[in-house]
Amino acid sequence: MYKIMKKEILNPSVVLMDVYAPDIAKTCKAGQFIVLRIDEVGERIPLTIADFFPEEGLVRIVTQTVGYTSRKLMNMEQGDSFLDFIGPLGQESEIENYGTVLCVCGGLGIAPMYPIARELKKAGNKVITVVGARNKELLIWEDVLKEVSNEIYVTTDDGSYGRKGLVTDVSKEILEREKIDHAWAIGPVIMMKFTALLTKEYNVPTIVSMNPIMVDGTGMCGACRLEVDGKTKFACVDGPEFDGHKVNWDLSMRRMNIYKAKEEIALEKAIKGGF
Amino acid sequence: MALNLNRVDMPNRDPDARNKDFIEVAEGYNVDMAAEEASRCLNCKKPLCRSGCPVNIDIPRFINQVTKKDYDAAYYTLKEFSLLPAVCGRVCPQEHQCEGACILNPKGAAIGIGRLERYVADKFRESGKEEVLQKAPDTGKKVAVLGGGPAGLACAYDLAKLGHSVTIYEALHTLGGVLMYGIPEFRLPKNIVNKEIENIEKLGVKIELNSVAGRVNTVEKLMKEDGFDAVFIGTGAGLPYFLNIPGENLNEVYSANEFLTRVNLMKAYKFPEYDTPVFVGEKVAVVGAGNVAMDAARTAKRLGAKDVYIVYRRSKDEVPARLEELEHAEEEGVKLQLLTSPIEVIGDENGHVTALRCVSYELGEPDEGGRRKPVEIPNSEFDMPMDMVVMAIGQGPNPLLLETTKGLELNKRGNIVADDDGKTSIEGVFAGGDIVTGAATVILAMGAGKKTAQSIHDYLNNK
Ligand SMILES: Cc1cc2nc3c(=O)[nH]c(=O)nc-3n(C[C@H](O)[C@H](O)[C@H](O)COP(=O)(O)OP(=O)(O)OC[C@H]3O[C@@H](n4cnc5c(N)ncnc54)[C@H](O)[C@@H]3O)c2cc1C
Ligand code: SF4
Ligand code: FES
Repeated sequence: MYKIMKKEILNPSVVLMDVYAPDIAKTCKAGQFIVLRIDEVGERIPLTIADFFPEEGLVRIVTQTVGYTSRKLMNMEQGDSFLDFIGPLGQESEIENYGTVLCVCGGLGIAPMYPIARELKKAGNKVITVVGARNKELLIWEDVLKEVSNEIYVTTDDGSYGRKGLVTDVSKEILEREKIDHAWAIGPVIMMKFTALLTKEYNVPTIVSMNPIMVDGTGMCGACRLEVDGKTKFACVDGPEFDGHKVNWDLSMRRMNIYKAKEEIALEKAIKGGF
Repeated sequence: MALNLNRVDMPNRDPDARNKDFIEVAEGYNVDMAAEEASRCLNCKKPLCRSGCPVNIDIPRFINQVTKKDYDAAYYTLKEFSLLPAVCGRVCPQEHQCEGACILNPKGAAIGIGRLERYVADKFRESGKEEVLQKAPDTGKKVAVLGGGPAGLACAYDLAKLGHSVTIYEALHTLGGVLMYGIPEFRLPKNIVNKEIENIEKLGVKIELNSVAGRVNTVEKLMKEDGFDAVFIGTGAGLPYFLNIPGENLNEVYSANEFLTRVNLMKAYKFPEYDTPVFVGEKVAVVGAGNVAMDAARTAKRLGAKDVYIVYRRSKDEVPARLEELEHAEEEGVKLQLLTSPIEVIGDENGHVTALRCVSYELGEPDEGGRRKPVEIPNSEFDMPMDMVVMAIGQGPNPLLLETTKGLELNKRGNIVADDDGKTSIEGVFAGGDIVTGAATVILAMGAGKKTAQSIHDYLNNK
């Protein structure tokens, strides 16, 4: 059992949890993920690690309610435990001193961006962060990211905070303005796709962090397949980070929808269960 | 006494009822059936059956004990050689092993050794008796077992009995390996596997689940920092192969591993009571014809698929699955599309599978192994309308742990190179099961685990 030592509601649909998993906290690196299962009937879901504290034995996860399991997770309290918590999984981010790095993140990608930006800064990079949210209420961690960024820009779709518009608008201005040596994009698939298309115009190598449907997270099932440069890869072992200019985005978007029909049944179950 | 050539059949549930649920298909012998079948055994002086058994079980001895109704003794005879008799009685390819070698086999009347094995093991388990577990005094030596499938379990069990302190590190949230995530409930009820796991716990083996070796720890760390004197690697053949044909990443194309894991390990057949969903089409093609393919096909049928096809390159004679699985699949309405090989999965604009494009084959000259080679018939392309495809064409070694183990010699296919005693290229590191042989059988994996336990014991004693 893996105990939730701290729970913090970051906004109405995003929750932060520090989970006691000392072996993982000791060995994990920025860019890696965990798989968790809430209870005996639970499904295994992957979550990118948002931070880790080796001394305290804690692994931080930040989740957004998207489907049934994330709603169920939202309902768990400090002191409750996950039945299974597996990691660290996947490859770590390739951190080096690239020069100037553009870190673009949005929605559920904001939290996992943090440890990567931190390590990039530590390695000597100038870190320019662009954070996107639908509106002010949904924006999280601006202050946290600020600490590890040389510059930070916030956009909201509705203009309720920061710049009105999309992360790609601001990113374009930055790319026009100065030489960017490397970029990271983490967030909804559609956001990563358009960021990668943009950086391609400027020939800036761009890493994206894929979060497809998974089961085991160890390379055993192939649920997490995606195509990179025309070749099939398993996101859980070959990734989760890939060259954003080579990902087959349309395929990845389609594969997110495999269980659409089942989600409605699960949602009904969630409503009956009161969450 | 005259030869009795009438094999006693084992009753199975009605195909039309059983292909709708996950309750076990085979019902097993009753006491009279077992007695009659056992009485047919000739108790040969030079028992051929034994030489056909990969772990050399003293078959005439246990059968003789059944005839004497000394079932407990029969059980302990089996246990001397095998950790998992209730499992092996169900899943071993007996027709190629003990029963294939039985002196009565040429007459079509081999003793039902697997059925008797199953009977004896079930009877003991159902009696509720506690198994007598003997354990040697503590040796103070520590062994790490990576992977909790049949190979790892057998190795851990024997090492613990020999007095060593054993820890199993398993990547998944349960022990058992393929027995839990691959082989379906209707063929191998999970409570049987759980019972065996309980015995291992009782021996004091420490179990670390959710522990992916190569990620959270490495062989080097276990030996240098955590004080293990030896390591056994039994991580199996978990990496699913695909055909690398166009359309293979369409939404409704599964690896058999994913499909079976969702259903067996995650219990998707009980969705929405269980949270894990699984997709099942109306028309399902399962590519391949091994045990894995049969399991996937029969599972799809049970989950409501109307038409399920086994798509296989060769003919029925070459089907590698256990004979019983093939028979059961056909009885349950699974259709065979033989001498056929897919070249493309066709999908619509939204990424949904609509057909499997195939070519026809015919059998040509025999290859080195004597199997007639399938040869493609020119211009034979045709489409089979499908809305789901399961790839069951084999599994390879998962490189995750191997990549992080410096100095570990692998062969061309990525399997660990180990000698008969399980020794690898690294001192103190042993391996066995599918990770060494490539995807094989439960009995071979279990046998390798057992044999390697002895060799690890010798190594520790001489160290
Ligand atoms: C669907 C299916 C049906 C089959 N049917 C039959 C049959 O009827 N008869 C028969 O004899 N055989 C059958 N087999 C084959 C048989 O199950 C295998 O040969 C046998 O299980 C191999 O045992 P093993 O211990 O070597 O590996 P596995 O059973 O594969 O166990 C390996 C274990 O190691 C774990 N592991 C992997 N990597 C790591 C890691 N890095 N760290 C920690 N743990 C790890 C895995 O999670 C797994 O639990 C079937 C296989 C499948 C897939
Ligand atoms: S070969 Fe057949 S008849 Fe002879 S001992 Fe073995 S099972 Fe009995
Ligand atoms: S999640 Fe199963 S192989 Fe990646």
